[in-house]
Amino acid sequence: MLGRATTHALVGLEPRRVEVEAHIAEGQPSFTIVGLADRACQEAKERVRSGIKSAELAWPGTRVVVNLAPAGLRKEGSAFDLSIALAILAASGQLEPATLRGHAVVGELALDGRLRPVGGVLAVAEGAKRAGLERILCPAESSPEAALAGVDTIPLRHLAEAVSYLRGGSRPPPYVPRVGQCDPRPPPDLADVRGQERARRALELAAAGRHNLLLAGPPGTGKTMLARRLPGILPPLQDAEALEVTRIHSVAGVLNGAASLVCTAPFRAPHHSASAAAVVGGGPGPRPGEASLAHRGVLLLDEFPEFQRPVLEALRQPLEDGTISLARANGRALFPARFQLVATMNLCPCGGRADAQAECSCSPQQLARFRAKLSQALLDRFDLVVTMPRPRSHELAGAPGEGSSEVRRRVVAARSRLECRRPSRSDDADALLDRAVDRLPLSGRGRARVARVAATVAALAGAEEVGSEHVAEALSYRSPRELA
Amino acid sequence: MSDLALAAFAADTDAHLVDAPRTERYARFRRGFDQRAYLEDLWERGLRFVGRSATEFPPLLRAIHDPPPGLFLRGTGAVESLSATAVAVVGARACSTYGAQVARSLARELAAAGVIVVSGMARGVDGEAHRGALEAGGLTVAVLGCGVDRDYPAAHASLAREIAERGVVVSEYAPGTEPAPWRFPARNRIIAGLARAVVVVEARERSGALITADLALEEGRDVFAVPGEITASLSAGTNGLLRLGAHVLTAARDVLDVLGIEPRPRPRTPLPEGAARRVLDALTAGPATADELVGTIGLSAAELAPALTQLELAGLIAEGDGLYRTVMPGG
Repeated sequence: MLGRATTHALVGLEPRRVEVEAHIAEGQPSFTIVGLADRACQEAKERVRSGIKSAELAWPGTRVVVNLAPAGLRKEGSAFDLSIALAILAASGQLEPATLRGHAVVGELALDGRLRPVGGVLAVAEGAKRAGLERILCPAESSPEAALAGVDTIPLRHLAEAVSYLRGGSRPPPYVPRVGQCDPRPPPDLADVRGQERARRALELAAAGRHNLLLAGPPGTGKTMLARRLPGILPPLQDAEALEVTRIHSVAGVLNGAASLVCTAPFRAPHHSASAAAVVGGGPGPRPGEASLAHRGVLLLDEFPEFQRPVLEALRQPLEDGTISLARANGRALFPARFQLVATMNLCPCGGRADAQAECSCSPQQLARFRAKLSQALLDRFDLVVTMPRPRSHELAGAPGEGSSEVRRRVVAARSRLECRRPSRSDDADALLDRAVDRLPLSGRGRARVARVAATVAALAGAEEVGSEHVAEALSYRSPRELA
Repeated sequence: MSDLALAAFAADTDAHLVDAPRTERYARFRRGFDQRAYLEDLWERGLRFVGRSATEFPPLLRAIHDPPPGLFLRGTGAVESLSATAVAVVGARACSTYGAQVARSLARELAAAGVIVVSGMARGVDGEAHRGALEAGGLTVAVLGCGVDRDYPAAHASLAREIAERGVVVSEYAPGTEPAPWRFPARNRIIAGLARAVVVVEARERSGALITADLALEEGRDVFAVPGEITASLSAGTNGLLRLGAHVLTAARDVLDVLGIEPRPRPRTPLPEGAARRVLDALTAGPATADELVGTIGLSAAELAPALTQLELAGLIAEGDGLYRTVMPGG
């Protein structure tokens, strides 16, 4: 007897159709899974056997072989449990094999037969839709996510529920998330930052124009505090963006509880000990890294020069073209990574530089080594560079700064202006740019960057045209000579 | 031309030699030394040698009590330029942004007045002095404590190339000589020897720049020091020099007056109007960060930024590590 179920395995973010075939034959009782299944997938044997028994169904007491086809594709993880169980039930005659037709199946089984949510359900559901499957059987918690792909979802809580539905029973009730389960804390507010007017302005420009921002200065001046307030002034994601982000987060398994769609710009801040694989993605799978998780959002690299050099250099590709392409022996995975980079750094190893209250004790050699960590190519990727000096006490005692909501309003307006029509440059502005290239250490790429920032300045000001004053402001955020 | 043989012998034995030693070893070396082949080899590498006894050897340097046997030269500058009026600008390697900016604008002014700027191509003040002179389109001379074919420090390789394009890089040590700590004080006597005056921009209490100043005093050259904050350890050396009676340097004119050189009249740039004028006035009172300017002038950060760029492009202010200050008054 043969039973069949359809599911999808993920290669990177790409769903590949997998047929789960179960064959029951005469012979010694045994259970084998073939088809390049990894460890977690092999362990499905125990979960499936216990799950079927817990659902008060019969485990066939003979030889059971499960094949995951195509047999050449690596299968990872526990998302195949439900499809294996249903294929076996169909093969053993406990389900009519025809009922599984037109269904995609995904989910992990618990030993008591309950279903547990898995990562990547959105990508699997999209694969099902593309393959022309109308319905998807998935764990109840994952059903809102699967529904985003536009397929009919059957939310399941238990294996027995799946069997009763397939035997012609009624549809299981829709999933209702528990109240208060998805209450993400609001991002910190800009009103907490006192003083640092120039850095605040740069942050606003960065938000409006999606510019990469480098904050440099002595420790304790609020670089990280300010950087963490960037998500709070970013506009919400557009629908298409939200779907992209949700797909990546789902595959990485970082989707937050019942919140189905990620609507706010993601914010990722890996520690500086992170490996290149953790930041740009990797593993045999391969899995998306922090850079991809920050897609359409912010990647904060705190203490930028402390990151390993390979990590920083690996970021140059995504900073340029917005994707990460990981080549593996059996194919290639493409992860989107169009993030906005925000980095913070001290000006010297001891941190005393540019601090009126401390004296820098670094030797010239130490300083040179510290700066050599940041290649010119990397510094060139920052559109805005701000040195944050230590604020004076009266600045700290001053009134709280402007709150995030007002700033966000301006940012949203500027973004929509930039999206409608990029403002053209006046002759004055062009002349100033040319003069700056002559007088300042500014490369051709630097010029293009200044021009982009100037367009953002103009958009924030609501100007029709980029004037010389906008270029002048943009020029003041260029990378200073001392950092290079 | 026994100078070249002596210099080559010093390089061979890794010694510092001012006069020919009366040893058998040196006599043997001289007998076997093929001067012509050596010069040809130098020539092929684009290098030159000026012996102490040559007429074009700078007379000021010959006048010091231990002049080098000769100088190896790299670069296109004329040998005679070594004898022109020169001022040495030296200071700390780990200088502050204040020191860097003063060194640069001072060298710029001096070079614009036709003075040759001499320094040691080290990090910090030295490098800034060379850059300032190059910016003004002037000539500059770098004196190394290693062979002229060595780019030391490596970070200044491109600077060395720029200097060599118009000026010269010189050393008393034969090409191929490695930098060694004991060679730098010896190098300083050449810096002092080439210059009519030495300006110390920033120096800690025990600094190589003070050695240069001492050597200059011994040879009767003028010594200038740039005053600094009395609380900053980076200014302890220069303030100490002032206490001992060095000339105070507050503008390039101070040096030029002593040397009897008329500064080139600068085209007076019209002072800016509006916000930029207010910013310039505020900075004349003392250096400030952008946020402090926002506080004192009452402009928003967005209004302040264009004014800062305008002043920077006009060469009236400079920024370093987030601190803006007015550029040293010229002429």
